[in-house]
Amino acid sequence: MQRYVIGRLLLMIPTLVGVAVLTFLIMRAIPGDVVALRYVGSSVPQDVIDQERRLLGLDKPMWMQFVDWMSAAARLDFGTSLWTNHSVVEEIQIRIGLSIELAIIATILAIAIAVPLGVLAAVRQDTWVDYVIRVFSIAGLAMPSFWIGILMILALIVTIRWAPPVVFTPILQDPLANLAQLVLPAIAVGYRYSAVALRMTRSSVLEVLREDYVRTARAKGVRESLVVVRHALRNSLLPVVTVISLEFAFLIGGLVVTEQVFNLNGLGKLLVDAVTHRDYPLIQALVLLLASIFVIVNFIVDMLYLVLDPRIRYS
Amino acid sequence: MLRRLVALSILLTLLLAACSPQGPAATPGATAAAGESPRSGGTLTFVVNAEPGTFDGHRETTFALLHPIAPHYSTLYKWDPNDLTKVVPDVAAAIPDISADKLTWTIKLRTDVKFHDGTAMTSEDVLATYNKIVFPPANVISARQGAYAAVDKIEAPNPSTIVFKLKYATGSFQANLASPWNFIYSAAKLKQDIKWYEKNIMGTGPFIYVSNTKGQDWVAKKNPDYFGKDKNGTKLPYLDGYKAFIITDATAEVNAIRSKQAMIEFRGFTPQQRDTLSGALGTQLAIQEGPWVCVNYIVPNTKKKPFDDVRVRQALNLAIDRWSGGEALAKQTIVKDVGGLMRPRGPFAMSDTDLQKLQGFSKDAKAAKDQAKKLLADAGVPNLSFKFLNRNIDTPYTPVAVFLIDQWRQAGITATHEQKDTATYTADRNSGNFDVVLDFNCDFLDEPDLQLAKFYSASKLGRGLNYAGYDDEQLDKMIDTQSRETDPEKRKKAVWDIEKYAMETKAYQYPVLWWYRIVPYLNTVRGWRIGSNHYYNQQLETVWLAP
Repeated sequence: MQRYVIGRLLLMIPTLVGVAVLTFLIMRAIPGDVVALRYVGSSVPQDVIDQERRLLGLDKPMWMQFVDWMSAAARLDFGTSLWTNHSVVEEIQIRIGLSIELAIIATILAIAIAVPLGVLAAVRQDTWVDYVIRVFSIAGLAMPSFWIGILMILALIVTIRWAPPVVFTPILQDPLANLAQLVLPAIAVGYRYSAVALRMTRSSVLEVLREDYVRTARAKGVRESLVVVRHALRNSLLPVVTVISLEFAFLIGGLVVTEQVFNLNGLGKLLVDAVTHRDYPLIQALVLLLASIFVIVNFIVDMLYLVLDPRIRYS
Repeated sequence: MLRRLVALSILLTLLLAACSPQGPAATPGATAAAGESPRSGGTLTFVVNAEPGTFDGHRETTFALLHPIAPHYSTLYKWDPNDLTKVVPDVAAAIPDISADKLTWTIKLRTDVKFHDGTAMTSEDVLATYNKIVFPPANVISARQGAYAAVDKIEAPNPSTIVFKLKYATGSFQANLASPWNFIYSAAKLKQDIKWYEKNIMGTGPFIYVSNTKGQDWVAKKNPDYFGKDKNGTKLPYLDGYKAFIITDATAEVNAIRSKQAMIEFRGFTPQQRDTLSGALGTQLAIQEGPWVCVNYIVPNTKKKPFDDVRVRQALNLAIDRWSGGEALAKQTIVKDVGGLMRPRGPFAMSDTDLQKLQGFSKDAKAAKDQAKKLLADAGVPNLSFKFLNRNIDTPYTPVAVFLIDQWRQAGITATHEQKDTATYTADRNSGNFDVVLDFNCDFLDEPDLQLAKFYSASKLGRGLNYAGYDDEQLDKMIDTQSRETDPEKRKKAVWDIEKYAMETKAYQYPVLWWYRIVPYLNTVRGWRIGSNHYYNQQLETVWLAP
């Protein structure tokens, strides 16, 4: 068990180093740089552009830039944004709270919808209840969250001339203002997210309900609700937990369009802006952060497996 | 049958025209109704659809810096917010005293100007500011250093006087002293760290910096010690403060105004966005519109065959019916006016009659296209085809390119549209990795020195600006001559000669259509006038809010 945990932890290191190297190389392989972009469309002479490239160290050989960045990153110094000249850590700190909060709210919403409806659909398989739930989930999968978001905003603006606040207020400062901004995107994102988890819950529960031990429990006269909750649901949770966890990790940095539609100052938008600006230090730090979140969430899922499935623990 | 079809289509067209919404009525230039007196108080909220890099106006070139940050600063001169064709003193006390040989410019400064930290502004601050702009140290970027090439020396003989000594007389110097980018910085702060202003704000302007959340907003409050007064002697600014929201998504921008969270976006909206807001807000919306010192250029790569042949370049120009294009495109995007290298109806513009005599600007589109076909046949490329590089930005790049491709198709030319993200586009354009590119240019002023900068030889002053890649000593001389001409009428004629030479004789690069600025806003906002560009008139000191 201990070896398993340590092994999983150690595996994170080469994964993250690999991500760092790949990000560094890919970003430099695509054309364009921050300096050309800063002065795009203006009559700034080439001398000024060359001078700025020198000041930012973009004229150095690529290997030297890589060594500089990796050695600083090893000391947890992720450098300065080439676009804003502010610390990369500061740029991320401003946005990470919103992204995590949105991911948490959307996850809670998704679980609250997906698990009970998924179980219900499985238990009432091929009845009208199952059909309604399946239509609901397929609609969630078919409609992109940003589109649902646009429709929600439009409906609110047209009917009551209200739109979510354009400025983020931390939840501790003003919970109502905070929720006013985040509830709609959380619903838009949570709906799609719940659809994925709902279908997984339904099929997983259906599979478990056909197992011998469920039949045995029923034969023993165990109450149906106990059969479903204790025997079926618990044993079908492994794939559901995996889906929910990976979606959670994705939500932290992957809500690019939804963030734009709702004007949310989150990590997804920051990453797109950084790529647009060819802001190498910021892109590298963000990708590393998002990769770390994925790796950590995966690790937590692995640990949850140990809790949920004794067979893994014992092997 | 054919007649019936034609009649039916005419009828349908008329019906559609009758059903289509009327164009919004633009409010007149003055934004306050007659008899209205400005009121003090309130917080202006506005949208900025991009974010600046650093906070240093001397270094950056984007409007995204000016809109939230310009109100913190003063400049030596500025464009009169009540008449945007006039330069008026800002921290200067009067117009410059210019020596007879036009080489010494002596400027008296106001003595009542204070920085936001309470220190008095003197000529030392103006000297340090202009030294940073005109003669920056090696580790400092000054984006507009080239605009002050005529400056030989700057001196501060006493605390309230600054003197510019020029190497040669130039027609653009006074306008350049009113550049909205030339924020007056504190000499003490610059001495402490010449890059201090890249991350900090401290000026003498009408508003004091409060806070900035990156990617989200910028907040400022009234400067109670601001030196400016209105014509009635009332202290400016009128507003208690402002909040700028950074909103990069076009729909979200419109929604912010529609939901009244923001009152205005100063850069400009598309006709569709204007109509959406107009339909939703009705009389609560005011609209100002006007020509814009922004233009798209068609730039053939003169270093590549067959674009090294002037006939091919002329054919590309001739094939475009700009007049009908302007009418059609103005309904869907932010371009409208037909013009040469200077903004149409601007102070240096050719008359429409003269313009129509130039290749590519005739109203006889068919004859021009026939001439284009003949030139291509003569050049040995009757079926010319090429890749047309463009940005992957909708407004106005995509519709403008689609229009051009269609125009060229009608002359037997096949252009394949290659849209790339701005960084890739810029890299390809700057390195000459294109056949023909749709370039663009925006300036803060109708000024030939600015608009002609990209027409200098590519290996000389046009390095990094002239993407067509040609070298032409004669054109360089013509541009220099107009720059040093101080008689306005003679200068205009020199500019027109350049236009004829660059767009027709050599057909190096030529404009498509000039942009048209549309600013819809809540009609509570008063005291702001639209100008010919989205850079100047952003100090907001005269803006006020009606109840």
